[in-house]
Amino acid sequence: MSIKVHQLTKTYGSQKAVNEVSFEVATGQVLGFLGPNGAGKSTTMKMITCFLPPSSGTAEVAGYDILKAPMEVRRRIGYLPESNPLYYDMYVKEYLGFLAGVHQLGSKSKSRIAEMIELTGLQREQHKKIGQLSRGYKQRVGLAQALLHDPEVIILDEPTAGLDPNQLVEIRSLIKSLGRRKTVILSTHIMQEVQAMCDRVVIINRGNIVADDTAERLQQNLQQEAVWRVAFKETVDLKTIQRIAGVKQARQDKQAWILTAAKDADLSAAIFNFAKEQQLTLETLVKEQSSLEEIFQKLTN
Amino acid sequence: MWSIYKKELNAFFSSVIGYIFIVVFLLITGFFVWINPDSNVLEYGFASLDVLFSVTPWVFLILIPAITMRSFAEEISAGTIEILATKPIKDVSIILGKYFAAMTLVLFSIVPTFIYFYTVYELGSPKGNLDSGAIWGSYLGVLFLASAFVAVGLFASSITKNQIVSFVLAVSLCFVMHYAFDMVSNLDVFYGRFDAFVQQLGMSAHFISIGRGVIDTRDLTYFLSVTAIFIFFTHTSLESRKW
Repeated sequence: MSIKVHQLTKTYGSQKAVNEVSFEVATGQVLGFLGPNGAGKSTTMKMITCFLPPSSGTAEVAGYDILKAPMEVRRRIGYLPESNPLYYDMYVKEYLGFLAGVHQLGSKSKSRIAEMIELTGLQREQHKKIGQLSRGYKQRVGLAQALLHDPEVIILDEPTAGLDPNQLVEIRSLIKSLGRRKTVILSTHIMQEVQAMCDRVVIINRGNIVADDTAERLQQNLQQEAVWRVAFKETVDLKTIQRIAGVKQARQDKQAWILTAAKDADLSAAIFNFAKEQQLTLETLVKEQSSLEEIFQKLTN
Repeated sequence: MWSIYKKELNAFFSSVIGYIFIVVFLLITGFFVWINPDSNVLEYGFASLDVLFSVTPWVFLILIPAITMRSFAEEISAGTIEILATKPIKDVSIILGKYFAAMTLVLFSIVPTFIYFYTVYELGSPKGNLDSGAIWGSYLGVLFLASAFVAVGLFASSITKNQIVSFVLAVSLCFVMHYAFDMVSNLDVFYGRFDAFVQQLGMSAHFISIGRGVIDTRDLTYFLSVTAIFIFFTHTSLESRKW
């Protein structure tokens, strides 16, 4: 286990920002940390990275306790904070050089910096001041900063916030490739992101973990009913449509009908037979997946 | 620590801050030492640099808080403190790196005033007729005073993310530490009984004492303690992470 979080708690006054959160992440796993704004994602990450001291509980990173051996933990973590703070007056190379010094990379500094610049695609911007870069490039500098010392554990707080669609794809594939060798925790509130990058999802709400599973299984387990979208060429009224065997509920959505049935009922055959009986022309017949968005809403509302 | 030191020193000299500090310091002290009719050495008739050393604390009182005000306040408001604090570097190294960078800038501004020293030395009648011991002592006093001001400035900067608050707080604290004890010692309550003791609490008395050219360990201990205490306060303030 690369990361073991044990009953981590952070209280601000009487408010519990993070409430006895426990989870583990294995080496080579990408964990998506999901939750609405203010759920406690960032606070949890700040505690794991030794920035904020926990009110109680602890965590272990690469075998080192965050309270007992914070320096060892810091050496092994690459961290990209939420707002991607950077020194805007520094040049890209100067900034990475400064951090190489902080990490005491010594003679490896130059090659590591060159590697990071290539990995994050900063070649053309490497001689610019950080403040002159566009948002996407600043994010890359932030990532280069987090990866510079080749850490075992990478913690990224909303790494894709504010990127354009092309940059999103690039950064996601970068993170995914990192996940093969390293342990990654990333927070986000975008569901596709989780589906695209993460092996596992932890959903947190108001400081409590409400789900911890793979994205697929979450989707399956939380689905209590199957939803079908059907459209006929002819007009059909509600009474007729409810004759379809197994339909619990039906409502009209523009030209189509949205039919709800039990989770494992197979409506397609019934609908097809119904169309034949009534001599209707079937135009659309789709089983709708309840999206992770809906699951997220269900869990966090 | 040296990484931080280098970064801070670069920040001073890649912007105008460092140059402004040095130029303004030299302009103001130069004005009082050479031009101002009430204080200039040429009309005063004595080969001494007393003017320089009585003006310097006032100039530092404004200039040092001006260079330290951003040191932590900017990191806190930009959030870069989160990057620094999650790197394998101790808080105390961050503070000392910034402290030494500011002290280096102070040193750069003081060194050119050796020209004043040399000129007055040449102007003496006979040549070299001046109290060199007192002048070297005063230079040492200036360094110790600057050290205390820098530490106070760093502390003021570490408790806020607003640079103006940091500046005003640092100037006020430095003023109180430097002069206020001297002034208060003249109050009737203290006068004749505790006035010497109250004076000793302030920096001014110790600065003047070192300036006489007699190095008294009590004066050195005083300035080093003030520096250490404020660096400790800065550390506490950083550790608390309450911004």
